[in-house]
Amino acid sequence: MPSTIRVRATAGGDTTEVQALVQHPMDSGFVKDASGNLIPPHHIEVLEFEHGGKAVFTALWGPAVAKDPYVKFSFKGAQKGDDLTVSWVDNKGQSDSLVAKIQ
Amino acid sequence: MAQHDNRPDRTRRLMLKGSLAGIGLSLTGLWQRARAAADAAIWPKDAFAQKAEADAIKTLYGKDAEASDQVKLDAPEIAENGAVVPIAVSSALPNVTSIAILVSENPNPLAASYKIPAGTSAMVANRLKMAKTSKVIALVESNGKIYSATKEVKVTVGGCGG
Repeated sequence: MPSTIRVRATAGGDTTEVQALVQHPMDSGFVKDASGNLIPPHHIEVLEFEHGGKAVFTALWGPAVAKDPYVKFSFKGAQKGDDLTVSWVDNKGQSDSLVAKIQ
Repeated sequence: MAQHDNRPDRTRRLMLKGSLAGIGLSLTGLWQRARAAADAAIWPKDAFAQKAEADAIKTLYGKDAEASDQVKLDAPEIAENGAVVPIAVSSALPNVTSIAILVSENPNPLAASYKIPAGTSAMVANRLKMAKTSKVIALVESNGKIYSATKEVKVTVGGCGG
């Protein structure tokens, strides 16, 4: 199965810029399906980025984050070729992770 | 004959050794997995459950926010589609340790909270859902104090469906 995570991390000087897209419904719990039943909330709760064994960015998300969420941030101390580990867990206990190379 | 008698023992010993090594390997694997994975236990459930923005801020930080022009909030004046509203927050304040974004008129105002460790820039861009026209509030935690910026975003089509 392909990963739900797409990440691009680019090192420029001493700063690495990270953009990530995660495939996830991010159901808010306030939307009804075709037959009028509420679709229960289903959203990512924690998305974490690690470099060198240390968290460099942690997103704590509620159901108001848009479907197939996107996030962008940047951090210092990484070099081209380093690993960046991305992982998420949602309110149903589902999870995924990916190790990306910093470009 | 004696050699023959020894054989099953030797095999068992080898198998035991093998499986012990296997257990060791899989334990190491588990430990690394657990360590690398996002942990749902840190999710601030109570703050996300609040129905008023002031309560959400208090629950998340244990204190109130003060408005500051050092918090930069980029959000559109008009969002045609409330399901996908691009919002970015940044700040030049020192020692920023977290950023949070709230949408006042959403059923639960707290939308996202970000931990910013030392070495990570005080900047985040994301996309949020907005139920209707609302104030958007950006919070930045700097030196243990909470600073905020607010912007009204007009929503043409709400992003909560139904």
